[in-house]
Amino acid sequence: MSEGTVKQFLYVNRKAPHGTVYALESLEVVLIGAAFEQDVRLAFMDDGVFQIMKGQDTTGIGTKNFAPTYNALGDYDINKIYVEKESLEERGLTEDDIMALTYEDEDDDWAEKSSISIISRAEMADLIDSSDVMFNF
Amino acid sequence: MAILHTVNKSPFDKNSLERAFNTAKDGSAVLLLEDGVYGAIKGATSSAMVEDAMKTVKVYALSADLDARGISGRVIDGVELVDYAGFVKLATEHSQVQSWL
Amino acid sequence: MKFAIQINEGPYTHEATDSAYHFAKAAIDNGHEVMRVFFYHDGVNNGTRLTTPPQDDRHIVNRWADLAKEHDLDLVLCVAAAQRRGIADADESKRNGKDADNIQEGFRISGLGQLIEAGILADRLVVFGD
Repeated sequence: MSEGTVKQFLYVNRKAPHGTVYALESLEVVLIGAAFEQDVRLAFMDDGVFQIMKGQDTTGIGTKNFAPTYNALGDYDINKIYVEKESLEERGLTEDDIMALTYEDEDDDWAEKSSISIISRAEMADLIDSSDVMFNF
Repeated sequence: MAILHTVNKSPFDKNSLERAFNTAKDGSAVLLLEDGVYGAIKGATSSAMVEDAMKTVKVYALSADLDARGISGRVIDGVELVDYAGFVKLATEHSQVQSWL
Repeated sequence: MKFAIQINEGPYTHEATDSAYHFAKAAIDNGHEVMRVFFYHDGVNNGTRLTTPPQDDRHIVNRWADLAKEHDLDLVLCVAAAQRRGIADADESKRNGKDADNIQEGFRISGLGQLIEAGILADRLVVFGD
C-alpha cells in the first residue's frame, strides 16, 4: 500500500521507562515499523535517555523487563539511534552508562558497529527538522 | 518548510515548552494548546522565556483553551490567537508537526 | 491535505481526545481528509461502548462514532494496547477466551502497522497525548 514511499521517520522518546508505559509501547511501534522499510531514526532526550540505561532490573517491581529488547534493534535494521548529550549530562550520565546498541554492517563484511550517536541539542534540532514524520508518545 | 511545534503542558509542570523553544529553528512556529496555553501568561516567571523565543519563532495559542482557563486577558503581547481551523491551517503551512507532550 | 491523527490518551482523564476531535472536525470542515485516527496507549479506551458520562457533558465515545459515520473516518484501536487494557471486539473476545466484548461500533481493532502506514500515507501526522 505504501508503494515505495520512503520517509524519514523519527521516533521521539522523552519519558523515563517503568513509571509509565510509553517507553515500552513506543519500542513496540519501532519494532513493528521496522518491516515498512522507512528511513528510521530514534531520538532519546530528556528522561528518555533513561530508557537505554544499562543495568535495569525490574524483578522487584514485578514487571517484564523490556530493556534487553533494545539490543534487538540492530537485527531489525534500526541502527540510527541518537542520544542527546545535554540530557545525559543533566542526569549525570555518560555514554558508558548507555546500553551498547550495535548492528552488523552488511556493506562492511558484517562488521559490528555502534548504532548510537551522542549528539548535541542543536544537532537534535537539525534531526527533527530533517524528519518527515515524528512519532511522539 | 519549517516545523510546527505544539506544546500541551504548562511550563510549571513540564519542560516541554522550554524544549520546544530550544529545538525550534528560526522561522518555525510554536502552538500552545491544552495546558500549554499557561505558557502564554504574561508576568509569570515563564514569560521572559516566551518573549525571548518570540524574537525568532512565531508563537500561537489556541483561543478555546485560553478561554476555558479564563486567561485570555493575560496573554503576552504578540502571541497570536488561533482557533482549531487556525491550528489545521498552521499544520498545512508547516512541513510537519512535532508534539512536545 | 491528508491528515493522520494519533491519540495517546483515554477519554475524560486527558484533554488529548477532545483536542484531536476538534482538530479532526476543523480539518474536515476546511476541506481536508482525515485518513485515519489511530488510538494508542490508553487512547484505546476511547473505543468502549460502555461509557455513561453525565448527561450534561459531552459523550466522547459517541462523538467519535458519529463523526466517523458522517465522514467515513477510519477509527483504529491498536490491538496490543487494546488487549492490555481490556478493549475487545467479538473476534478478539472469542480468540482470547473472554466472556464479553465491549467495542463501540464505528471503531475497529488492528495492528500497529496501521499507525506506521498512516505515517507513510498522510501528508501530516498530528499526535495528541500527555
